Amino acid sequence: MGSINLRQVRKSFGAVDVIPGVDLDINEGEFVVFVGPSGCGKSTLLRLIAGLEDVTSGSISIDGRDVTHAPPARRGLAMVFQSYALYPHMSVRKNIAFPLKMAGMDEASIEKKVSDAARALNLGDYLDRKPGQLSGGQRQRVAIGRAIVRQPTAFLFDEPLSNLDAALRVNMRLEIGELHRELGATMIYVTHDQVEAMTMADKIVVLQKGRIEQVGAPMDLYRAPANRFVAGFIGSPKMNFIEGHEAARLGAHAVGVRPEHMAVVAPQNSDWRARVTAVERLGADTFLHLRSDSLGAMTARAGGDESFELGSEVGLRPDPARLHRFGPSGETLAA
Amino acid sequence: MATTHTRTAARWMAAPSILLLFMWMIVPLGMTVYFSFLHYNLLSPGEESWAGLMNYEFFVTDPAFKDAVFNTLYLVLGVLLITTVGGTLLALLLDQPFWGQGVARLMVIAPFFVMPTVSALVWKNMLMHPVNGLFAWIARTLGFQPVDWLGAYPLTSITIIVAWQWLPFATLILLTALQSLDQEQKEAAEMDGAGAFSIFRHITLPHLSRALTVVVLIETIFLLNVFAEILVTTNGGPGTASTNLGFLIYMQGLLQFDAGGASAGGVIAVILANVVAFFLIRAIGKNLEA
Repeated sequence: MGSINLRQVRKSFGAVDVIPGVDLDINEGEFVVFVGPSGCGKSTLLRLIAGLEDVTSGSISIDGRDVTHAPPARRGLAMVFQSYALYPHMSVRKNIAFPLKMAGMDEASIEKKVSDAARALNLGDYLDRKPGQLSGGQRQRVAIGRAIVRQPTAFLFDEPLSNLDAALRVNMRLEIGELHRELGATMIYVTHDQVEAMTMADKIVVLQKGRIEQVGAPMDLYRAPANRFVAGFIGSPKMNFIEGHEAARLGAHAVGVRPEHMAVVAPQNSDWRARVTAVERLGADTFLHLRSDSLGAMTARAGGDESFELGSEVGLRPDPARLHRFGPSGETLAA
Repeated sequence: MATTHTRTAARWMAAPSILLLFMWMIVPLGMTVYFSFLHYNLLSPGEESWAGLMNYEFFVTDPAFKDAVFNTLYLVLGVLLITTVGGTLLALLLDQPFWGQGVARLMVIAPFFVMPTVSALVWKNMLMHPVNGLFAWIARTLGFQPVDWLGAYPLTSITIIVAWQWLPFATLILLTALQSLDQEQKEAAEMDGAGAFSIFRHITLPHLSRALTVVVLIETIFLLNVFAEILVTTNGGPGTASTNLGFLIYMQGLLQFDAGGASAGGVIAVILANVVAFFLIRAIGKNLEA
């Protein structure tokens, strides 16, 4: 239960093709993350799957059943919205019970399911409050509670953590991961944050301008990005790209190397030299922002205890096995 | 951050305007109360004498009084019913995207700009008139006997006219409220399996409750003293069939020249309005709390 297949799904608003044509298979029980910069069509794709937008052409099937033209309620999906979309005039209890009430379930079973969900999400004490009286994290939980009570075939999350503060976000990330393991249901999660994508996903779908750039497990995308866009999007801090003479020497239009795959050495021990323009100390790591005439702007990672002086020159020695080479149109060249 | 000192200063500075507003209200009210205890006929000036509660007694025991109170309530409730239900439906309609939406919205609001006397005259002579009116023409075209609206159903006719004037107000307030409804809430309800009617009942209507409260409260204040529409259409008749409290006071004061009796009626009207306001606030005022 919970496989979703998209075939040549296209969506245009007037003359604008938001999604030019997407093929995607989501397996049962997978945690799939759609990631990409804002305006890349990831939310639109999710809304197409949810049925909140109509596809222009192509087909969507859930568990082998064609649902391309089925209304949202008939697709058996539950969605958690970015704004949570809780019903402000209803208590937490009524919010969670709403989908069950709409399904015509009897009072006693509703009561039982709501209290089960409330217990699972630690909402027991808040059942009689209104959403306006809850904190951001609690509202998030209510939204999730409303989604899980009717046991959908798949869950859709539309940037659910973007309204929370950093500490709470880490917590909720873990909780949603835990929920996924407990329920074993298919989940599709939309975010612009590659850290959320890397930490939560079984499978990441990287989108740009409505096109799928690459689909794969987080570490596959990290190790073997299909193109320069994916290489730059996945991983933090971003991969360094070097063009021009230095790249041509390695037989590519551009070469990419991640900050963590370069050793910072004494200037005389390396061909790549750069001047330190800023130092960011994170404790465990130190990130150096560098600039040189031949390489351009670079970021490098060094140990947390090493000290660097602004304006001093350092040498960089990339790990040759972890250099990525890209062609003129951004495609990855074989090693 | 207001300190005690600046707050005291602010009070002193606001005092003159508050005092002025208070005088503005209290002087006419005080004079009305004073006149209501006098034998005071406009035809015999200078012969005022103390009447005690006689004016009140006459006014309340006048057979027209009971009719007037009933007619006032009928008019207020009737117009409220038509404007809230009709306004909600119109607002839902105007909230849908359609071609010419901007023009349509402007047209809907138009009746609100027409003066009450003018709109009442238009309704009386061009729409409801049993010979020349549009309704009569429609009835004749369809082979029915034309209805003499203002003669046969005077109060209902006036209710329709007044409702026509207030419908735009209700529509406008409710439309702006509708536009502030979070689309994601509707989408969430849709995903939760709610149909169009359920969404309206469980999401839209509760969202509109505050705007509906505002509409009901404001309209009630104005509808308790409808006057122009009655004066230019039925003159309160036939008999007292379309006389409301305000019109009864007018007849007492300016047709029978009994300023004392009219003042007593005015005081009674103020008391009744306060009773209505009290129950109204008790019933729906909680919707206004944040």
